Amino acid sequence: MRRWTLWLPLALFTFFVGLAAYQLTQPKDEFVHSGMLGKPLPEFDMRPALEGMPGASLADFKDGQPKLLNIWASWCLPCIAEAPQLEALRAGGAQIVGIAVRDKPEDVSRFLETHGNPYARIGADDLSELQLAIGSSGVPETFVIDGNGVIVHQHIGDVRESDVPKLLEILQEAGQ
Amino acid sequence: MIAELGLAALWLAAALAAMQLIGGATAQHNEESDLALLVRPVAILQGLLALFAFAMLMWLFAVTDLSVKLVAENSHSLKPLIFKLSGAWGNHEGSMLLWVTVMSCAGALIAAIEHRLPEKTMRATLAAQGFVALGFYAFLLFSSNPFERLPQPVPEGLGLNPLLQDIGLAFHPPTLYFGYVGLSVAFSFAVGAMITRQVTPEFARVMRPWVLGAWVFLTLGITAGSYWAYYELGWGGWWFWDPVENASLMPWLAATALLHSASVLAARDALRAWTIMLGVVAFSMSMVGTFLVRSGILTSVHAFAVDPERGSFILALLAIYIGGALLLFALRASSVAEGQRFALTSREGALVFNNVMLSATLGIVLLGTLYPLVTEAFDVRVSVGPPYFNPVGAIFVLPMLMVMAVGPLLRWRWDRFERVRLPIAILVALVVTTAVVIALTSDIGVLPLLGLSLAGVLAIASFLPLRGRKLWRTPIATWGMVIAHFGIAVALFGMASESAFTSERLAAVNPGDTEHVAGWDVTLQGIEPVAGPNWTALEATLVAQRGSGDVVTLHPQSRNFWAPPQQTTESALLTRWDGQLYAVIGGQAQDGRWQLRLWWKPFVTLIWYGGLLIALGGVLAIIGRLASDLKRRHIRAQAQQRRADRAGRAVGEAA
Amino acid sequence: MMRLTLILAAFQMLFVAPLQAQDSLPPAPYAYRQLDDPALEAKAQELMETLRCLKCQSQSIADSDASMAGDMRHQVRTRIAAGEDPEAIRAWLVERYGDYVSYAPRVTAATWPLFAIPLLLLLIAGIVLWRRIGRGQGRAA
Repeated sequence: MRRWTLWLPLALFTFFVGLAAYQLTQPKDEFVHSGMLGKPLPEFDMRPALEGMPGASLADFKDGQPKLLNIWASWCLPCIAEAPQLEALRAGGAQIVGIAVRDKPEDVSRFLETHGNPYARIGADDLSELQLAIGSSGVPETFVIDGNGVIVHQHIGDVRESDVPKLLEILQEAGQ
Repeated sequence: MIAELGLAALWLAAALAAMQLIGGATAQHNEESDLALLVRPVAILQGLLALFAFAMLMWLFAVTDLSVKLVAENSHSLKPLIFKLSGAWGNHEGSMLLWVTVMSCAGALIAAIEHRLPEKTMRATLAAQGFVALGFYAFLLFSSNPFERLPQPVPEGLGLNPLLQDIGLAFHPPTLYFGYVGLSVAFSFAVGAMITRQVTPEFARVMRPWVLGAWVFLTLGITAGSYWAYYELGWGGWWFWDPVENASLMPWLAATALLHSASVLAARDALRAWTIMLGVVAFSMSMVGTFLVRSGILTSVHAFAVDPERGSFILALLAIYIGGALLLFALRASSVAEGQRFALTSREGALVFNNVMLSATLGIVLLGTLYPLVTEAFDVRVSVGPPYFNPVGAIFVLPMLMVMAVGPLLRWRWDRFERVRLPIAILVALVVTTAVVIALTSDIGVLPLLGLSLAGVLAIASFLPLRGRKLWRTPIATWGMVIAHFGIAVALFGMASESAFTSERLAAVNPGDTEHVAGWDVTLQGIEPVAGPNWTALEATLVAQRGSGDVVTLHPQSRNFWAPPQQTTESALLTRWDGQLYAVIGGQAQDGRWQLRLWWKPFVTLIWYGGLLIALGGVLAIIGRLASDLKRRHIRAQAQQRRADRAGRAVGEAA
Repeated sequence: MMRLTLILAAFQMLFVAPLQAQDSLPPAPYAYRQLDDPALEAKAQELMETLRCLKCQSQSIADSDASMAGDMRHQVRTRIAAGEDPEAIRAWLVERYGDYVSYAPRVTAATWPLFAIPLLLLLIAGIVLWRRIGRGQGRAA
């Protein structure tokens, strides 16, 4: 056996330890990021998620105005935490289109009564079809869509207070 | 008081482990120093102290001492005693203490009874053993103290987790620790042999029972774990190539290679450096597995209580022990001659082939498991699953299995090909015929096809080593090999059959409806609510019948636990000689129909029976080896006695 | 989603996927229903077993009760029934979720070592065997 080959196991092992040590110091990114940024929304046309509100369709996103697309559900706990921030976004001038994933109209209206309704329209995504089509892997997620219906930005998880200005800024940039 | 006694014993044991290390090290320069002479007694005492500390922990759990943090967090005064006791190791701290206890006791055992190796090598071995134990003691004492008191005792413990109250779960982790500890002993022997340059057949013989023991425990652990996933997860899968599963498979692969290469070293004084290397690798795989599982660095379906700080500690230990051993290997191995070369047609030739292929398989599993970690460093997330592991692993496993059919027929040193030509020709013809027949009569994938045809032939071939022998005079160790190899064939057949011929039926049914799967008629008779101590469930009554056979009732459940709130499916299994019917009841749709999942899995149970046979083969091999060791010792003692007598007589005659 | 996970290999046991509330909608039509054509169903099954459930820890969508996995099964089955090629469906999902969603790694700039290393191992295995055995072919051994 040649001498250098004897050092090979140690070299491989050192590589492993280095990699593991590096990964231990890194914050673990558990998010699955969408590959659809810069791509247009797919064709869709959803019934309203509750009575008395308009539903959502692709056409709504093509009126030249940038919008927020909020994937949420009445059964999702972080969505409750997110509600005040969505309200702040709306107050900041954002138009928010809600997509209620796998939800019943009565649950949706109860949620909105309790936690406020920041939405301009709410579509019902009963089979997670739009969610899958735009690469969203959970609730809540918030997408920024420009005036032509192109996905500009993805925010994963609930919107925190510190995220509000950033989202408004991205939204404004998308309008230019 | 009890907790303090345990802690004191632990500190004392740690000090003794340090002494064992220092004593063993000084023995390398001065064999007669006082410290060197103390190594064996110290190792024995250290084992007893660790055992004492663990007994104290068991005691605390038995009486549910709620002033101890670990007990308060993991136990409950109302648990049945058996689960109180098993609660002692059903958590991170307790399981580490169990591990170090078993390791120290193993060290004590070899210190007490092992006298075949040169004393210097034994002391180096015990020093290595003490060094490894020291790291684990440090881990326990500095970051995972099991005896920590609460500032204020709590009125009641937290742990009434129903899921942990399963007799199987209670004994599954210790099984794996025993395996890991066996490999740590092999590691210490390897290090001792390297330090003293005593890589001899005797070393292999001394190490072999420990490797075999570890291998038996790992086999049982993996088999049990796989059966669990099968019945608990509710979808009929038995192996997912999940990181935690792979973490248990890797030490097993390494141990399998090690026990075969140790046989070559013991019989033919060859593969010296290779055996040492495998000894280091096998233990490192159990530590890597521990690290991967406990650090939370990989995502797994088998979620554990993870903690990055513990992860760093284990990684540091891993770096010291394995890095140190590999450094020693790089420095020393060139002075260890590899020994004899091999003829292609010889027993050792086949064993070398087996070793190379097993190591390559290990490499694949390691690569596939760690690769997502590599790409994550570059912010790319990938998944590596069955579509990768199955075909890539098969490239190495299938040739190995073919050689496994023939290898045991060959003689050591050199064999004439002509002698084995006939059996080989018959085996090859059988493989080809079955493969062709199956391919023509059914439409299954390439891997299951190869698996099925190979399994049948392997099963026959595994018994060929008994040909021409008197069965009752065949050594027990040979029987062990035959049965373990037969177990591989049996498990392979189960795996291939399950993946090729499983029938699945998913349906929404009303009570009274009948569904059909693979010749079975299954009728949903009704759904009843039932309640357990901490759960409520909906229990279905299914009536199953095959053809005009007996009518059997099955009761799958959909269970809701309330503390903590969890929903589980309790599948119902019906076992027949030729397979298993697997039934799961799901939720109720809006139209009132129930969601029913049925599978017929032909010969699926053979997977686990095969695992048990493999373990049985290992047990027989241990018994056989120990028996022949004892016999050899006896003969040697007799010879010595005779020599002494003769010398005495000579003296007498001379006088 | 809150499904009993199970211990397998080493150590300590504490379970349970992140606690998440369950939605109240019934599962998608093809989440728990097979396609009528067994050939198409087999195709769908084969694909589903190699797609990762994004909400679970590490399970395929064929092994999960998560509702999102159910919706993904529904998509897969309806698309297969509509005549779409399984690999096209996989590509569609990979475009959205990256390679993470597929258990069958492709050869890309990031994954080529996964395929190169086994070849290298094969080569090394061959060399080792040739060196240890090939030349030792004499009875002297």
